[in-house]
Amino acid sequence: MNGLEVLVALTVGVVVGCSVYLMLTRELLRVILGSILMGYGINLALFMSGGVQEGAPPILNHDSAAPMMDPVPQSLILTAIVIGLGVFALLLALGFRTFEEHGTSDVGALTGVEHE
Amino acid sequence: MSNLVVAPIVLPLVTGAALIFSRRLTVQRSVSLVAALAGVAVSARLTARVWTEGVQTFYAANLPAPFGISLVADLTSAAFVTATAVAALAVLLFSVYSLERRLEEQYYYPAFQFLLVGVNGSFLTGDIFNLFVFFELMLMASYVLVALGGRPAQLRETLKYALINNVASAFFLLGVAGLYRTYGTLNMADLAMRIQLSDSGGWLTVIAVLFLVVFGVKAAMVPLHVWLPESYSAGPTPVVAFFGGVLSKVGIYCLLRTFTLLFVEDPAFTHEQLLLPLALVTMVAGIVGAVAKTDFKRILAYDVVSQIGYMLWGIALYTPLAVAGTVIFVVHQIIVKPVLFLCAGAAERVTGTTNLKRMGGLLTTHGSLAALFLAAAFSLVGVPPFSGFFGKVTLVRAAVAAERYATAAVALAVSLGTLYAMIKIFRLGFWGEVFGDRRVNKDSREFRGMIAAIAILVGASLAMGLGAEAVFTYAAAAADQLLDGQAYIQAVLGDFDPAAYALAPGAAPRPLTGPAGMAPQGDALSVPAESEPAGVPAPSGDQGNGPSAPAEAVPGSGVRGDGPAGGDPREEPGAAAPVEPAGR
Repeated sequence: MNGLEVLVALTVGVVVGCSVYLMLTRELLRVILGSILMGYGINLALFMSGGVQEGAPPILNHDSAAPMMDPVPQSLILTAIVIGLGVFALLLALGFRTFEEHGTSDVGALTGVEHE
Repeated sequence: MSNLVVAPIVLPLVTGAALIFSRRLTVQRSVSLVAALAGVAVSARLTARVWTEGVQTFYAANLPAPFGISLVADLTSAAFVTATAVAALAVLLFSVYSLERRLEEQYYYPAFQFLLVGVNGSFLTGDIFNLFVFFELMLMASYVLVALGGRPAQLRETLKYALINNVASAFFLLGVAGLYRTYGTLNMADLAMRIQLSDSGGWLTVIAVLFLVVFGVKAAMVPLHVWLPESYSAGPTPVVAFFGGVLSKVGIYCLLRTFTLLFVEDPAFTHEQLLLPLALVTMVAGIVGAVAKTDFKRILAYDVVSQIGYMLWGIALYTPLAVAGTVIFVVHQIIVKPVLFLCAGAAERVTGTTNLKRMGGLLTTHGSLAALFLAAAFSLVGVPPFSGFFGKVTLVRAAVAAERYATAAVALAVSLGTLYAMIKIFRLGFWGEVFGDRRVNKDSREFRGMIAAIAILVGASLAMGLGAEAVFTYAAAAADQLLDGQAYIQAVLGDFDPAAYALAPGAAPRPLTGPAGMAPQGDALSVPAESEPAGVPAPSGDQGNGPSAPAEAVPGSGVRGDGPAGGDPREEPGAAAPVEPAGR
């Protein structure tokens, strides 16, 4: 484990920490942002799942004797980001409609049905 | 290699995409019903083929596993896909007759088809990252469907459902990252092979717990079930019927797959110490909730949680008989749970409420509905000759055989609780004086349509119960397949030889576990001894070959397209040569 990996691990920790902080607030928009931010933090972890590598591009007849890079984490993170964006859009729309219908963005006011 | 494997995914995908372009309800209804019928036919054919010819695989673009996207249909996934298709047909038929026009017009049918894509994809994928993608597809469609109509309560509950599942999805990705970091692959068969060949030094257990949390949220395992009861009682009834039957079972299927194929390194901890207590708590907590409620849909929603406990129990016992019982039980639940919700939906259409205190005497005015509900309730509780009995009796037999008498006692006690909850529904809603509104006549076309949809599923449950012998033979074979990881690996990877690609465990040093942790320890694979680079860094041939044989490399990889699908890459020397390590 080299220094860069430690740095990225710490970054993931900070981002996920921020997301947890956001999710613990009572404001609807912040909760949504927190849940999306957690996905982004973990995307970064996914990016590092191949480890820190130095090497040639993963092309078979590339003129280099250095070891090749692993391209898989990059494709994984790309897919995850696109999916995350779709979910983000849907959550924002859902949150906005909920705000419109209930007239409040306080999570505490959005609890159960039967307890009203 | 069989294109039939991809059919249950492509069919709803094409249907759903086409339906978006038509706003005419008659077209939407008839096309989705036809597609659902075709889905039943296709999946039944797939099941028949898996039964006669063994595990079926599909490699996208003919790129062999573990490099390409692979779909795998074994007995378990084929059975689940078929049961899902039957449930989808009945639910769609019910929707045609019962759903409000306003909801139908809001792209209900396309969203339903996309949901089917996600569900069938999750059942059939052979790659853990694609499982994530199909999961997300399924969840996106399910958010749309639960919120359909946009009543305030629906929006609020959907938001909670979406937020909780979104966090679970983030954990899913973390688990995927952990697996890739530790084993360098995401294909489930390849993962299973590497897991067998190496000792992760405890990392695998950490990842297993992460996935237990993820799939536990999706399957509504207590204490991760909190999103389920309210969102299931808020959504439109046909939607909720399908969710109660199928969606939570996708989580169970994933647990069944991963905890029999991948996370088997330390069953004493993951299965016995974690899953078993959680299963019992899930059973008990679910039924306590069901007994306490007086709302038709809420009782059923809590009962979904309780039934999840039985399936977890089967996985936790981890014996062939228990796994067979789980397979029967999941199929039984996919069929029976929608019936109960559909009965609730029909009762709601008739009386205008789901509150059992404000309805009564449905037996007098709508006898056929009462009869079908009673049959489904018997099936759920486990009264022969319905399907529920045989699922439960197999699980209990497995528990007794494994000498887990206390767990069997808990399960039987929870059965009594289920019986009580069902009797409560019947006593309040169906028996007694005629009470509450009657908005739909029992001879109307609408009511007959709803009854027909319910009757399909009750018939399926009865058929499963009457053909218990055949069902059990099938489930036992499915359980053997699930527990025999070697057969799955063989079916998916064929003669794939990791050493030929310099991919053998330990070839690439991975800092988290270290080379020592990855040392191969068995001869489970047909890896020739001299090509097994135990704990040695990747041979330089891996990248050295690139420049040295550029002319061969490109055509060679093209030839490989039809090689491994046929089974033996060695028959084509040109295929394996360019990437073979120099050491061989």
